Amino acid sequence: MESHNGPTGQTGAHLLHRLFEVQQQYMHIPKQSILELAGELRLPVSQVESVVDFYSFFHRTPRGRFDLLFSNCTSCGDTAMMRSLCKRLNVTPGETRADGLVSINETSCIGMCDQGPALLVNSRTLTGLTAIRLEQIAAQIEAGVPVPEWPVEWFRVQDNVRKNGLLLGTAFETGSGLRAALEKGPEAMLAEVTQSGLRGRGGAGFSTGMKWKFCREAKGDAHYVVCNADEGEPGTFKDRILLSSHAHAVFEGMSICGHIIGASKGYLYLRGEYRYLLNDLHAVLKRRHKARLLGKHILGQAFDFDIEIIVGAGAYICGEESALIESMEQKRGIPRVRPPFPVTKGYLDQPTVVNNVETLAAAALIAVHGGAWFSGHGSEKSAGSKVLSISGDCTTPGVYEYPFGVSIQRILDDCGAEDVQAVQVGGPSGTLIAPDEFERKLGFEDLATGGSFMIYSKDRDLLKVISNFTHFFAHESCGFCTPCRVGTTLLKNGLDKIASGHGTKSDVDEMYRMATMVKRRSHCGLGQTAPNPLLDALKRFPEVFEQRLVHDSEFEPHFDLDAALEEARQISHRDDAEAHLA
Amino acid sequence: MSTRKIRVATTSLAGCFGCHMSFLDIDERIVGLIEHVEFSRSPINDIKHCHPDCDIGLIEGGLCNAENVHVLKEFRESCKIIIAVGACAINGGVPAMRNHFTLKECLEEAYLDGIGVENPMIPNDVELPLLLSKVHPIHEVVHVDYYLPGCPPPADAFMKVLTDLLEGKEPSLPKEILHFD
Repeated sequence: MESHNGPTGQTGAHLLHRLFEVQQQYMHIPKQSILELAGELRLPVSQVESVVDFYSFFHRTPRGRFDLLFSNCTSCGDTAMMRSLCKRLNVTPGETRADGLVSINETSCIGMCDQGPALLVNSRTLTGLTAIRLEQIAAQIEAGVPVPEWPVEWFRVQDNVRKNGLLLGTAFETGSGLRAALEKGPEAMLAEVTQSGLRGRGGAGFSTGMKWKFCREAKGDAHYVVCNADEGEPGTFKDRILLSSHAHAVFEGMSICGHIIGASKGYLYLRGEYRYLLNDLHAVLKRRHKARLLGKHILGQAFDFDIEIIVGAGAYICGEESALIESMEQKRGIPRVRPPFPVTKGYLDQPTVVNNVETLAAAALIAVHGGAWFSGHGSEKSAGSKVLSISGDCTTPGVYEYPFGVSIQRILDDCGAEDVQAVQVGGPSGTLIAPDEFERKLGFEDLATGGSFMIYSKDRDLLKVISNFTHFFAHESCGFCTPCRVGTTLLKNGLDKIASGHGTKSDVDEMYRMATMVKRRSHCGLGQTAPNPLLDALKRFPEVFEQRLVHDSEFEPHFDLDAALEEARQISHRDDAEAHLA
Repeated sequence: MSTRKIRVATTSLAGCFGCHMSFLDIDERIVGLIEHVEFSRSPINDIKHCHPDCDIGLIEGGLCNAENVHVLKEFRESCKIIIAVGACAINGGVPAMRNHFTLKECLEEAYLDGIGVENPMIPNDVELPLLLSKVHPIHEVVHVDYYLPGCPPPADAFMKVLTDLLEGKEPSLPKEILHFD
């Protein structure tokens, strides 16, 4: 596979890329294309079909020529707006209008939480929606104006960096990190990274130095570096800024890692929702080639390294490193059984480092300034800083960088959040905290986070928030293991029952039991964290559930019994007493 | 010890009676069981309604029609303990395979369009219970105390659960009984 050789001048002949092109051309993946792609890429037809069915952005039946996906995130989503546009254009959500012109549906968070409401139209990101903008969009669609001809300002994505810190605020000269790393040599550079105390910024916090060391020591035909830019956790958008304004540092971190572990190939796996960044990222890669920071004999030395970009297609689970590797291998994003871990058996079963965007950018700075410089910031077990994506009920949402150890209250004060009811730290898979915990500190010792920070004021209905997250996990479960596939749906149904005013104490007890089971028995991190919002809310905000319960009954049916007979009544033309259920 | 025998009621809703047949596979052990148990409403004795003070209700099958719902509610009102017996009661089982289709499609296939159908019409006699639009497991309509899995659950599983309850213990099934492959 070579870079920049695709028919659209984008990335190489990867199944996900080819399917994207077919989807754009026909607004779906025709059966014939599946057969052709299987032949072209020498893949089993069943594998191509399974990939088409797995990823949200591919469809077997035609979407509209204008295919709109509204984010349903609590920060960048507005499904009421979606319904109003549906009404305006006479579209049923999820279905394509009879004339084939337009289709409208929901999608999981698209990472525009600081400038929502937002949507994707034919995979392009449109931010800052208003009622007026919706009217304009409807007019463009009805007039059949192609999306590339829509006003460019509609698609503008702002960085919104509100507070610089160690990473965003330190000037980085392109090439300086790589130059320093090559000068030091792989062993000394690895020692710097280890000394820095840098831990994975995706949220899990594994020691970066240790990961690179394991991979360096692992035997294999080839080694690989993968940058995980599948930033799918709702409320997270900090990698978006790193990729748009600090891409050199990110690519440089990948190259430095490659030099240490003995890799000559790196991949950046970009979430499909960030496709709008692709051209700029390719331009940065080109510039790095020109500057001899990529390619053969980098900086005149015996080090070859190149980077290719793979673009996802709407699957949160691909942020899990082993699912991401599966996706890179042109398969469904199903997490692997670990161990073996990617450091020994990763991409193509070869030793692979998978790191978060922010981790790699930090590594580039560490190469320039040294491990001691980095470990001098932050707290004891959490060296350095954290870039946060702050959204929700505050006056200035955006990107804020803090040294680890900062208190939640300090952050809330800085972004102008008042009358706060709760904060979701680390996204739906993280921790929901109440005001009496706002003195807690960010860091691996206390509140770990991948960067999502969602604020909910006292005006918010927390049950709706929890329900949104629970629906999200049920939608994103890959379906591989039963506890997660079935469990997340049962949790969703349970919450819907309570939200609709039909829940009893027994439903709450059952959900608690189910949530504990899903957490304990699921195969990967998705299922193991999916019940967190529910469990946190049950513990910290029990009244949110309590006030919706039916109290004069021990048990309520899960569905409307009489309504369940309606279809039969119509077919048999009966309406006698026996044709009803109380 | 209780002064009266433990009262057990059983029924098959949208099931195949396979669970009942499996229950009868306890064979001669039923003689010992009868020392401690009397059967209320059950297909075994054809008693039509539950004694208002039953101890245990064994429910086979899920809910496919209005009558299933009435019977299930009678059991819940009469029995201290309700046990969902077998795959259909617990998950809907084979009858729930119709949930992939609309009720209309199912009835049209069976009574109008199917091969060999004579005098095609969808039955509408008032004596017939109306079908629910989907087949449901029983825990979606009443509170269920215990679940006895299997298709069908083996006779030993029935014996174990009943013996535990008779001894006043929390029923538990050892892994050997739950392991089917």
